[in-house]
Amino acid sequence: MSVPVLEVQELTVEYVSDERAVRGADRVSFTIHAGEIFGLAGESGCGKSTIANSIMRLLKDPARITHGKILFDGKDVLGMDEAELRAWRWNNVAMVFQSAMNSLNPVTRIGEQFVDVIRTHRGGTRATAMQRAEELLKMVRIDPARLRAYPHQLSGGQRQRIVIAMACALNPRLLILDEPTTALDVVVQQEILEQIRDLQNELGFAILFITHDMSLMLELSNRIGIMYGGRIVELAPSRILHHDSRHPYTQALLGAFPPLHGPKVKLTGLAEGVKFTNVQDLEDHGDGHWVAPTDQPVLSQGEAL
Amino acid sequence: MSQNAIDPQTLMAEEPLDESTVNRARVSATRLLRTLLRNGKAMAGLSIILVFIILALLAPLLFPGDPARITSAGASTPSLQHLLGTTTKGQDVLGLTLWGARSSLFVGFAAGIFSTVVGVLVGLSGAYFGRGLDEVLSLVTNVFLLVPGLPLLVILAAFMPPGLGTVIVVLVITGWAGSARVMRSQAMSIRGKDYVAAALVSGERPLRIMIREILPNMASVVMTTLLGCIIGSIGAQAGLEFLGLGDVNTISWGTNLFWATSDGSLMLGQWWIFVPSGLAIALVAFALALCNYAVDEITNPRLRRPKHATKSTAATTVARKEEK
Amino acid sequence: MSFLLRRLGFYLLAFWASITLNFLLPRLMPGDPVTRMLSRSQQRLEPQQVEALRTLMGVDGGPIIPEYFAYLGRILTGDFGMSISRFPTPVSEVIASQLPWTLLLGLTSLIIAVILGNLLGILAAWRRGGFLDSIAPPLLVFIGSFPYFWLAMGALYIFGINMGVAPMRHAFSVGLVPGFNLVFILDVAAHLILPALTIVLVSLGGWMLGMRNTMIATNSEDYILMAEAKGLRPHRIMLNYAARNAMLPSVTSMGMSIGFIVGGALLTEVVFAYPGVGYQLLGAVQGLDYPLMQGMFLTITAAVLIANFLVDLVYVRLDPRVRKG
Repeated sequence: MSVPVLEVQELTVEYVSDERAVRGADRVSFTIHAGEIFGLAGESGCGKSTIANSIMRLLKDPARITHGKILFDGKDVLGMDEAELRAWRWNNVAMVFQSAMNSLNPVTRIGEQFVDVIRTHRGGTRATAMQRAEELLKMVRIDPARLRAYPHQLSGGQRQRIVIAMACALNPRLLILDEPTTALDVVVQQEILEQIRDLQNELGFAILFITHDMSLMLELSNRIGIMYGGRIVELAPSRILHHDSRHPYTQALLGAFPPLHGPKVKLTGLAEGVKFTNVQDLEDHGDGHWVAPTDQPVLSQGEAL
Repeated sequence: MSQNAIDPQTLMAEEPLDESTVNRARVSATRLLRTLLRNGKAMAGLSIILVFIILALLAPLLFPGDPARITSAGASTPSLQHLLGTTTKGQDVLGLTLWGARSSLFVGFAAGIFSTVVGVLVGLSGAYFGRGLDEVLSLVTNVFLLVPGLPLLVILAAFMPPGLGTVIVVLVITGWAGSARVMRSQAMSIRGKDYVAAALVSGERPLRIMIREILPNMASVVMTTLLGCIIGSIGAQAGLEFLGLGDVNTISWGTNLFWATSDGSLMLGQWWIFVPSGLAIALVAFALALCNYAVDEITNPRLRRPKHATKSTAATTVARKEEK
Repeated sequence: MSFLLRRLGFYLLAFWASITLNFLLPRLMPGDPVTRMLSRSQQRLEPQQVEALRTLMGVDGGPIIPEYFAYLGRILTGDFGMSISRFPTPVSEVIASQLPWTLLLGLTSLIIAVILGNLLGILAAWRRGGFLDSIAPPLLVFIGSFPYFWLAMGALYIFGINMGVAPMRHAFSVGLVPGFNLVFILDVAAHLILPALTIVLVSLGGWMLGMRNTMIATNSEDYILMAEAKGLRPHRIMLNYAARNAMLPSVTSMGMSIGFIVGGALLTEVVFAYPGVGYQLLGAVQGLDYPLMQGMFLTITAAVLIANFLVDLVYVRLDPRVRKG
């Protein structure tokens, strides 16, 4: 097996304040291989965004990485100095943030925002950088004339595509998508997902896909990790997770999205007051299926109404 | 914040008003007070002001008689007899300064409080009643904000009969607009919240809603505005008196400086005559500014001083406890 | 464009309000202001002066509305009446001779303070907790607590009287003939130093703190994070992304503080006997020259409004969201 694109080992992120330290991510480990789509799912506050931001070391005080390793193509990301890190960012890993409107500089034209990142990493003239920008816009099916526009002049869907195009600008090996469609309506969501799949086929990057929308996750990802309270509670290829989830939290999460077909059943969820504290390390159930052991009962299927 | 504030950019120094600003403003009044009492800056500021107030109140005891009485002594440098020296008219400078505190502090606080009250009323009413009334009030507020303060102050004071009352009225007229603007913005954001809608639906009277629902949640902003208005009033009053437009018969820090200039003390190098009053104004203004700074820090944790210097674009700190 | 038009309309409204205030003020005062003035001034006024005063004060009887429009007409044609203390020089002439000096002092101080203050603010926010961020703000706030004119007095005393390094009064040395030659220009510059320095020192704190706080707010925006993720160089992020956006609220409040800076400049002029509008104002006040005072008020207000409009023009240039697509 070749070296995986991303290897996260026992990553722990703490938010340190005067009174105490809160663990945003607690000994999280997972691996992403070349060209693979890996999904990280969980409810708000479970730590998935923390993980995403820590890979590129974007977290600010009072967050600090207190344990673990991040290896990218075998290189130790946490050991890089400022200059190395800057050169490494966007070239190897790029990120699409949740709200495209907020991630674009509101007072600069779109074209400029492509040019600055292209020229910083690849050098060259403005003209060549603009050319590359035009190519990228064509890839996401947006009229290159839009390069002269300001962010507020574009629609939500257009902005998201542009931000995705920007992420692909330097042909990174890994793309981190942090809730890329949450702010968009369902129709546009579909288009964006199509776009992402097309790009992935063409450019061959791996994806770390973060969302709380399980149905989206199941549709897109090859493998999925379920997070709860900063820890991963289940990790499996998506098909296995869909049909044979073993951890009660995963089942509750899946159960929260009622199917459109089939008999009418009550929604299954976690029983009142159920919390998972002290989640233990994952156990191997074979076929790449890892589950955190728990003494909470496995949830039964809901009764038919 | 009055337009005459010595530091009107404190208006700018507050963050652009948006959702996060409103959220941070909603610190309850009691919690604010308690935290304030623990904050170093606030304590320093409050103590200085307290000292001045006490000295002002005690002035008649410490310097009985009329310190403005002209004697034939003439100007003299500080000595044991006159701790801060004497003016050209033979008046004891320390006495003038202490007595001056009474008028300056009184006018400053009075004008500051009135400015804030008017500002709160206008701002809240505009935000609460909305539509037509809001349009009109906003327009009036903006016009008052735009017209330059000192010239307006001068012209108003020149036409009105001289006296302390005039000074206060004139200061309030030029000072209320700043606080009105801030109050309105805050109140607008709060007005949209659900608990106000709930109060409306349950039939509470407008004034009650304004006072009981909206105002308490703006406690910290009202406090900073009040402090700012007081600072502004003290400064504006000093400026007015320096030009000779205040009541030249009262003793205040501003009039002390006025006499210092017209008696030619400055050009004669008699520094002990004009330093104390100016220093007093600065100390009070600074003390109030410290309190303001403290309130700002408490309500907006982002402004607090980080423990050690950090670059804005620093990458996430890696503080691994053990190496693998 | 609609943004600019609205602002223009607003300024015109404010100007109209000032004119109206000028008109109403003498008429609102209890008693007959002219008589009060005469008794206070102990100055023997000639009949024409008294007549001019009466017209200005509007106490020569007659219905108010036509008088108002007559007044409005006079103002808009630049007729501010006659100055009492310099009878019979028209007020407009008196002001015109002093305005340039005030503009010189005001603009110089404003530009220096704004540029320096904003730069310091950007740097302070960039390195939180560093020297600029922790020491400078309280220090500058302390300096800014002093009344403008007091700092002016202090500066005058220390540099002028004690150390004798800078000229203390007036705009240029006595006896020098004004002209566009190097000697004169240098002389003017030398006389500008102390007054401008005072104004800059006092206002610096406000600019710096304001910019710093705005930058701190801007630094937490998502597009800054994205810029970092893009691997851009720090100073590029600081300037093109952070500062460029933080400038916007900065520019907005610049408009508002112009009115305030004017006040400070006027008082500073008094201390340094700088022959601008401020210094004149003192004389007008002491001489109870109401027409001159009113004229100055209108002129200063107009200047502030124009300055604000210029700032708006700059703002439109800087913020693409305000321009109509």
